Amino acid sequence: MERLSEKAEEILESLWVMTVEGDNVGCLLTSLKVNPNSEELVELIHRSYVEIRGDRVCLRKEGRPEAQMTVRRHRLAERLTMDILGISGDEGNEHACEFEHLLRQGVDVKLCTLLNHPTTCPHGNPIPPGECCIEARQQGEPGIVALTELKSGESGEIAYLAASDDKKMQKLMSMGVLPGSQLLLVQKFPSYIFKVGNSQFAVDDMLAREIHIRREVK
Amino acid sequence: MSDQQASFPKVVLVGNPNVGKSVVFNALTGAYTTVSNYPGTSVEVSRGHCQITDRRYEILDTPGMYSMMPITEEERVARRILLTEDPHAVVHVIDARNLERMLPMTLQLIEAGLPVILVVNILDEAERLGIKLDLDLLQRNLGIPVIGAVMKRKIGLEELCQAISNYAMVPYKPFVYAQDLEQDIENIIKLIHGDYRLSLRATCILLMQKDDDIQKIVTEKETEDDYRQLLETTREISFRRRADLHLQISLERRKVCKQMLKDVVTQTVNETEPFSEKLSIWMMNPLTGTPILLLVIYFGLYEFVGGFGAGTLVDFLEGNLFENYINPPVVNFAEKYLTADWLFELVAGEYGLWTLGIRYAVALVLPIVGTFFLIFSLLEDSGYFPRLALLVDRLFKKIGLSGRAVIPIVLGFGCDTMATLVTRTLETKRERIIATMLLALAIPCSAQLGVILGLLSAVPNALFVWTVFLLLLFLMIGFLAAKVLPGDSPVFYMEIPPLRLPQLRNVMVKTLTRMQSYFVEILPLFLFASVVLWAGKMTGTLGNVINVFSPIVKAIGLPVEVTTAFVFGFFRRDFGAAGLYDLQTSGLLSAAQLTVAAVTLTLFVPCVAQFLVMIKERGFRVAAIIFAFVTVMAFSSGWFLNKFLLTTGLLA
Repeated sequence: MERLSEKAEEILESLWVMTVEGDNVGCLLTSLKVNPNSEELVELIHRSYVEIRGDRVCLRKEGRPEAQMTVRRHRLAERLTMDILGISGDEGNEHACEFEHLLRQGVDVKLCTLLNHPTTCPHGNPIPPGECCIEARQQGEPGIVALTELKSGESGEIAYLAASDDKKMQKLMSMGVLPGSQLLLVQKFPSYIFKVGNSQFAVDDMLAREIHIRREVK
Repeated sequence: MSDQQASFPKVVLVGNPNVGKSVVFNALTGAYTTVSNYPGTSVEVSRGHCQITDRRYEILDTPGMYSMMPITEEERVARRILLTEDPHAVVHVIDARNLERMLPMTLQLIEAGLPVILVVNILDEAERLGIKLDLDLLQRNLGIPVIGAVMKRKIGLEELCQAISNYAMVPYKPFVYAQDLEQDIENIIKLIHGDYRLSLRATCILLMQKDDDIQKIVTEKETEDDYRQLLETTREISFRRRADLHLQISLERRKVCKQMLKDVVTQTVNETEPFSEKLSIWMMNPLTGTPILLLVIYFGLYEFVGGFGAGTLVDFLEGNLFENYINPPVVNFAEKYLTADWLFELVAGEYGLWTLGIRYAVALVLPIVGTFFLIFSLLEDSGYFPRLALLVDRLFKKIGLSGRAVIPIVLGFGCDTMATLVTRTLETKRERIIATMLLALAIPCSAQLGVILGLLSAVPNALFVWTVFLLLLFLMIGFLAAKVLPGDSPVFYMEIPPLRLPQLRNVMVKTLTRMQSYFVEILPLFLFASVVLWAGKMTGTLGNVINVFSPIVKAIGLPVEVTTAFVFGFFRRDFGAAGLYDLQTSGLLSAAQLTVAAVTLTLFVPCVAQFLVMIKERGFRVAAIIFAFVTVMAFSSGWFLNKFLLTTGLLA
């Protein structure tokens, strides 16, 4: 089957966010800003991914897997632009929107593996797991995750510090937050509190995202 | 004398924040610097003297530093001492509970060729955690004197004194890092020819890490040709190692530390969770932490400072002591001997030195400021503030600050002038400007706060309106400032020290020291203000100033008499509030007017002292802009609130 157009993907994404993650029943055509006869909508209806009921567009069961994967690609793209490329804010969002359309034919699997199967996007929304994530979980890989992914009370070894700002990293290092040290996450909100050795530290989520932990295998 | 003083051998205290450097300083010198359970309280270098056997030493206490490579302003201050002074000994104070974490800096100090003595402090708390240390072994491994200590109980003090007086520098053998790193260090050392305070090895490593201050020194000491070549080599190395230079150096140092600590530390697991640990967790959890904060505000500020300080104490001092026992003889004396009208006015008249200056300072302001500082010192020593900082970090981010700014802001409720000085500990210029502005605008100092609480408590709704209005304005202006000012939002990280039971003596001494410095600072200003106002009254200038201001005051719905309070307000914020107090007792103000006046006065221009510190810390331009902004903001908010109260009839 031919690839969906980018605009059609955007519609699926909005539908997923509003109707599956949110509790809306369908989306108003006006809020999606599409014309009922527009090419992208016709394309989706033709594949019976969506249907129009009155002035609303609804996601059909047939469309759910595709929508889910679109959202997944978008949020993976956000992780890529914001965490790895370090582009934040509006600019980051813009680039993420462009990147997501390139994440097909196995590129998403590669990226997901590179990012170590993240479960949330930088805004904290869930990334729907792909097959690669499920497989990785079944193999029981401890995996390396950002401190933000740990649960309170969980501990692990500091694997590496993602250096986006030299000074911040030096600060962490001079406080003893070094690869190889054992770290125990005490609390996640409103700040991340963790223990290294006999000292406790508090950091905000910006810094927490840069501390990467090798999870303990249970 | 000064020449002789300069020749005393120097002993420099260095170490992480919150390991007890200041305690060691106090123990050595018998003097008092502020000791607290809050990282980063010593912003400046304290100096004192100490006599060991028949020699006198000069002791320098530096702000906390985490490594030889400074990042914050405090660290830079501390390191500058090591770069400029020629110490007889450098005493590195570390926390026994965190040897592994703090020893890397000891290595750096040794590597820099400094005469290091290591003090392993807080042994008692380490023992309680089940940590046993073999310090003799550590001393042999490091090749420098190592002293175990519980400095707050003076354990280890004698040994330290002995170590200082017997200190003899021995050549150290450098710790060896990985071969590739050593090769690069070697390559730079070959190119360097000048004479440096720090060892060549340390200088080269810092140069490789692109330390600004070191780079500057090297430019000065090397010839142009040498420097150019040096620059080229270091550039090449830093580029090649761009991914992980700092990390590799840190890891290498840690490897060395592990060797040094082999068999030194034995840890037995200690499973019981003390109560302080539970309390700490409650304080850091927003669900329980917020009620705790409210309790602290209610009992600490409202009940103790507002009720006891501004109520009971002020009533006793002002209403009883001054009114009945002190004022009558003074006024009698003035009437009898100060027959010249101008002289009588100067001493005991409406704005006299006695009436306005001393009476206000002693009877109205001092009890309030004193009770505030007592609460502040208690909280500071318990270790509550870092926990509060992490609790409010998210909120503070919205107004362009990090949780770290909680200290200057809270201190501002005591004295905005002191708080403006402390904004120095914030990391970015942007944060410092925002904090300075918010302090000038929306944070009432304790003297003002005390008087205003006293004033408004008669009309509970007025107090509510005042609180909500100021809080909203604080958040709104902070939010806008964060939007308008360029720059990245700050990053928050902070060490959370264990909760400690404050030591009564420490708290008392600290409170008294703060009160003393406050009093020394304000009394001259009070007297100065009295003279200015007296001169103004005698020459009629005051009338003119009041005439200029009165249309504005009228425009915000207040009686003309309030103008005097505003003019006073510039000389001291609390002064203005105290002026209102007089007006209120004579029944000139309605509830709505009182609220508008209190809000405007709280927001209005900082006092002279604060303004001067603002200029000193932020520069004249920024200070002037803040000044202008605050003035406009104060009166327009007053105008708005007046209209709002009139339209809604809220306090009618």
